[in-house]
Amino acid sequence: MTAATALTQAFDAAAVRADFPILQQEVNGHPLIYLDNAATTQKPNAVIDAITDYYRNDNANVHRGAHALSDRATQKFEAAREAVAAFLNSPSSRQVIWVRGVTEAVNLVANTWGRSELREGDRVLLPYLEHHSDIVPWQMVCAETGSSVEPIPVLESGDIDLDALDSMLDERVKMVALNHVSNALGTVNPVQQIIGKAKAVGAKVFIDGAQAVAHWPLDVQALGCDFYAFSGHKLFGPTGIGALWGREELLDAMPPFLGGGEMIETVSFSGTTFNTLPFKFEAGTPNIAGVIGLGAAIDYVQSLDRAAAAAHEQDLLEYTLALAADIDGLSRVGHPREAVGIYSFLLAGCHPSDVGMLLDQQGIAVRTGHHCAQPLMAHYGVPGTARASYTIYNTREDVDALMAGIRKAKALFG
Amino acid sequence: MTDTNPFGHSVSSEDIVETLGFFDAWEDRYKYIIDLGKELPAMDDALHTEERLVRGCQSQVWIDTALENDRLQISVDSDAFIVKGLLAVVLAAYNNKTPAQVLAFNVDEYFEQLQLLNHLSPTRGNGLRAMVARIRQIAEAS
Ligand SMILES: Cc1ncc(COP(=O)(O)O)c(C=O)c1O
Repeated sequence: MTAATALTQAFDAAAVRADFPILQQEVNGHPLIYLDNAATTQKPNAVIDAITDYYRNDNANVHRGAHALSDRATQKFEAAREAVAAFLNSPSSRQVIWVRGVTEAVNLVANTWGRSELREGDRVLLPYLEHHSDIVPWQMVCAETGSSVEPIPVLESGDIDLDALDSMLDERVKMVALNHVSNALGTVNPVQQIIGKAKAVGAKVFIDGAQAVAHWPLDVQALGCDFYAFSGHKLFGPTGIGALWGREELLDAMPPFLGGGEMIETVSFSGTTFNTLPFKFEAGTPNIAGVIGLGAAIDYVQSLDRAAAAAHEQDLLEYTLALAADIDGLSRVGHPREAVGIYSFLLAGCHPSDVGMLLDQQGIAVRTGHHCAQPLMAHYGVPGTARASYTIYNTREDVDALMAGIRKAKALFG
Repeated sequence: MTDTNPFGHSVSSEDIVETLGFFDAWEDRYKYIIDLGKELPAMDDALHTEERLVRGCQSQVWIDTALENDRLQISVDSDAFIVKGLLAVVLAAYNNKTPAQVLAFNVDEYFEQLQLLNHLSPTRGNGLRAMVARIRQIAEAS
């Protein structure tokens, strides 16, 4: 028995699976095999119950009412903020801003920090691997501020070309923004090293943790980044909620993003003063149920043995690569030095969309297409890939089913 | 080119409904659809232009139409094989028809009968629904 199998047995994926009611269904006459976790993860009972319980028992607007329900809702809402702060090892919960997800977090930082700090001739660097949500907001703001967005080259392996980054860095680089883990290939980027390099020229660093949060414990202080963002729905939490973490002095200096209620201190027609952190960035009634659901998701994740869970996911990836080697014409896109449980692949003679449709017929959910990373697809010269992405409730049986499904797809085209 | 396209000529929508009805196993149904795609005449590379492109999130579709003797002559192509087969299924209903016939045809009912309605869903991102809309628009304008 290999070390990997020993660890797998230490992690009880079947027990975890039982916490996720949606996984107990059939699709097209087959038991559902959900391998699209990089797009969104399923929700455990604990999260579903927390949301239902909030609406059944505590629903009220937060920070406003002088009544019991509002107190309870506010308490749960702020307890979730504390949970996120602890989850990220933030020095304080004031540095945790609720957003809809990573997309909104990037837009917030680009439009506030970016608009106030970027000057003509300044440079923003992003790797070719980037998700469109990390690219487009910077392009929009840079176009208006006369600064430029420049791609950091990526090697054939799917790793960021660190030598190329070195040669690009100078004092005009004001921001380096990158994902912690690539959603298209699973590459775990050496963020610590990149943060060090960026800091050496005085640039700020924004890390998109969308694909990292579900995999290992995070520590923004150890990382030394300036901003970190994630989406709750990729962490077994609800859609429409996520968190932006930022360094306090930066958040304090940044102008507000959206204006409205909650984010103000005083309002008059001669001038308005803004609330303190984190409320300065949270205009209007927030997604209270989402926040409470995210808090429950974090509690759920923290209740697991996270090291064993990560080892389990690594085992699924290695098991996939071992089985895939036996299928002619099946190839992995990229082979990063370090990767999470994401298998991006092509089947010769078959378009990714064909593979996806044929797998769906067999109850297997994968993502196909460009994965919101068109520059990266262009880099590999492919229209897209099919992508299986694993998480805590997937098992080796799921991988077996995927491989059987791929063989069947291949036979239909044979 | 149109005379080598069997769909809407020798192969009608009724033929497709009848043949697909024979198959029980999904494998056989999809194999048939893939084979239909192979019978579509190849589209000239020069016709793969931006204006003819119907962009999907997962696959792309190209369409070229001409009105000849009050009948729509449609050529289509896709980079994905199943989508190509589904396009052939669509052409069996729309190709070589008058604009009025195109507009009168209930494509949702047809795909429902074929148990392929999910592929026409606007959420599928395969370009098929957009292609059907484009054909109907052209028929309306003709
Ligand atoms: C790496 C990465 N960044 C950003 C996003 C965008 O996240 P959201 O759509 O939740 O804002 C995603 C999700 O698809 C992602 O995978």
